Amino acid sequence: MAEDPGIDQETFDRLIEEGQPERVARAKAKAAAARKSRQAEASSGNGAAADGEAGGGGGGETPEQVQERVFKELVDDGAPERVARAKAKAAAARAEKAAEKSSEPAKQPAGAKSGGGGGAAAGNGAANRAGDGTGIALTPEQRQQRVAAALAGRAEGGGPHERTGGTETKYAGQEHTHRLLAMVPPTGIQQIRGKQDDKAYTWPHLLTAEFICLMAVTAFLFVFSALAPAPLRELANPNVTPNPSKAPWYFLGLQEMLRYWHPMVAGVTIPLLLGPLALVAIPYLDRNPSMRPERRRFAYTLFTMFLVASAALTLSGSFFRGPGFNWTWPWADGIWFTL
Amino acid sequence: MANIPSADELKKRLQDNVIYKSVFRPGSIYRKGYRDTSRDRALAAMNNVLYHLHPVKVKRHGLKLTYTYCLGGTSFFLFILLTVTGIFLMFFYRPAAGPGSEIAYLDMQNLRANVQFGDLVRNMHRWGAHLMVFTVFLHMARVFYHGAYKPPREFNWVVGVILLLVTLFLAFTGYLLPWDQLAIWAVQVGTSMAGFTPVFGQQIQFALLGGVEIGPETLLRWYVLHVLALPFILAIFLAVHFWRIRKDGGISGPL
Ligand code: HEM
Repeated sequence: MAEDPGIDQETFDRLIEEGQPERVARAKAKAAAARKSRQAEASSGNGAAADGEAGGGGGGETPEQVQERVFKELVDDGAPERVARAKAKAAAARAEKAAEKSSEPAKQPAGAKSGGGGGAAAGNGAANRAGDGTGIALTPEQRQQRVAAALAGRAEGGGPHERTGGTETKYAGQEHTHRLLAMVPPTGIQQIRGKQDDKAYTWPHLLTAEFICLMAVTAFLFVFSALAPAPLRELANPNVTPNPSKAPWYFLGLQEMLRYWHPMVAGVTIPLLLGPLALVAIPYLDRNPSMRPERRRFAYTLFTMFLVASAALTLSGSFFRGPGFNWTWPWADGIWFTL
Repeated sequence: MANIPSADELKKRLQDNVIYKSVFRPGSIYRKGYRDTSRDRALAAMNNVLYHLHPVKVKRHGLKLTYTYCLGGTSFFLFILLTVTGIFLMFFYRPAAGPGSEIAYLDMQNLRANVQFGDLVRNMHRWGAHLMVFTVFLHMARVFYHGAYKPPREFNWVVGVILLLVTLFLAFTGYLLPWDQLAIWAVQVGTSMAGFTPVFGQQIQFALLGGVEIGPETLLRWYVLHVLALPFILAIFLAVHFWRIRKDGGISGPL
């Protein structure tokens, strides 16, 4: 079944006649050929599978034949027709399943071929089984021989790009070929193993810690809330401006900056545009791969400056600004700050 | 009277019950026969809807309090706590204001004076909100100092920045709801800054206020943002945040 589909000559000729460029025509013809061969494969699938079983099991029958044979035998033995039909059906199903099983390994190379698109892995599995009967197990020498043969055949047949006349010439004189993707030493892939980290079970270790943390936060918040009432001032009145009017504490750093810069800079450009953008950019600008503090002096310095500046601005806006948002000393003039 | 079963016996019978067994899956620490074995420890994490936010095993250094200071976890827990207390508050609050019908403000007064635990829950909600802003900020600092934003965690840092902004906006929208002098003037100051945005300052301010100045429309708008829209957005990004932590190989480090 599985030959390299090559190109569909008919389609190719037709397209060239229609005036398509050769490259396009070839691509389309190739696709057409692949389609055709896939159809052919699909329609011959059952039969092929049963053939596989024939080779392995010695029955030499398709499931339909099995059904017929068993039915006849049973009727001859004097079984009622109904019983015979049921048993025959069951036997056929069994046969089919067995055939499927035995043809499974052979399916894999076929799948790889269709994925690879026109590769010449054709019928690899079948060839393997026919060749040595054991399926996949080839000795390294055998494998080398095959690869050498495949490569030699390719050199003779010319590169795939020079091919014009379909499959016959390209792989002439070869029973089967390999498409060499990579050489993997027999011990290769399986050996890769993640390094074993020093790990502990989430339950109970992490969850206990989290639970304690959670309880501590709850207890703190509960006690604090029982003792400290949250503020509720008089009813909102748009006509009476409190002096000073302050934003919530997390924006007081910004309000403080408004004292120094034009609002467009201090109120919007810095906090809403540059701030988040700078934060988002950090991982993409900092290309230093090290996580060790002593190798990140520059990053540490910069970020610490940012934190200190934010804290200073926020504290000053919170505690050092009084009526008119003018400078006040909290110990001398009192505190204008409400959470 | 001699036939009254002992407490142990009762517990055993309860745990043998079909319904009980259907609720607590194998590995649950509440199930009969839970043993402190590797298998049951693993199942405890895998088979529990809450615990399976976590992988079965975590890096040991991440357990130390001084690695995360539990700041991310505390932020998340505060979010849950704020959701619970917030739902309670919603039962007693209507976002309506305007001349002659200061319902929002009156509801606040009523909540404090007449509702059982009303004042306590309101306090917890308000202090918890301030605390959450603070812990999120500290969490960001801790992540920075551990270099935990480095590959492959760059994008989770970006998600984190979004969380920070949404948290701030969530806190700010809540600030208006009591509809007292503190609330509207803080919002007045905040939104007038937004009005200075280059090019579309006026439009942004209008969208935020639902008009040209703070009024009943602003209150309704901020209420919906506060109780529905922003928590929804936050929850989505939190899901991404937590998912990425696991996909990026768990907690960073050790340093
Ligand atoms: C609502 C706010 C947030 C919540 C609830 C939250 C929650 C968490 C949690 C529970 C963790 C696990 C480790 C830990 O607890 O430290 C974590 C890790 C992380 N968070 Fe957040 N976070 C929030 C905001 C942020 C912000 C603002 C940033 C940064 C701008 C950020 C960046 C990260 C990164 C990069 C990690 C991985 C850290 C590591 O692997 O060591 N998160 N977050």
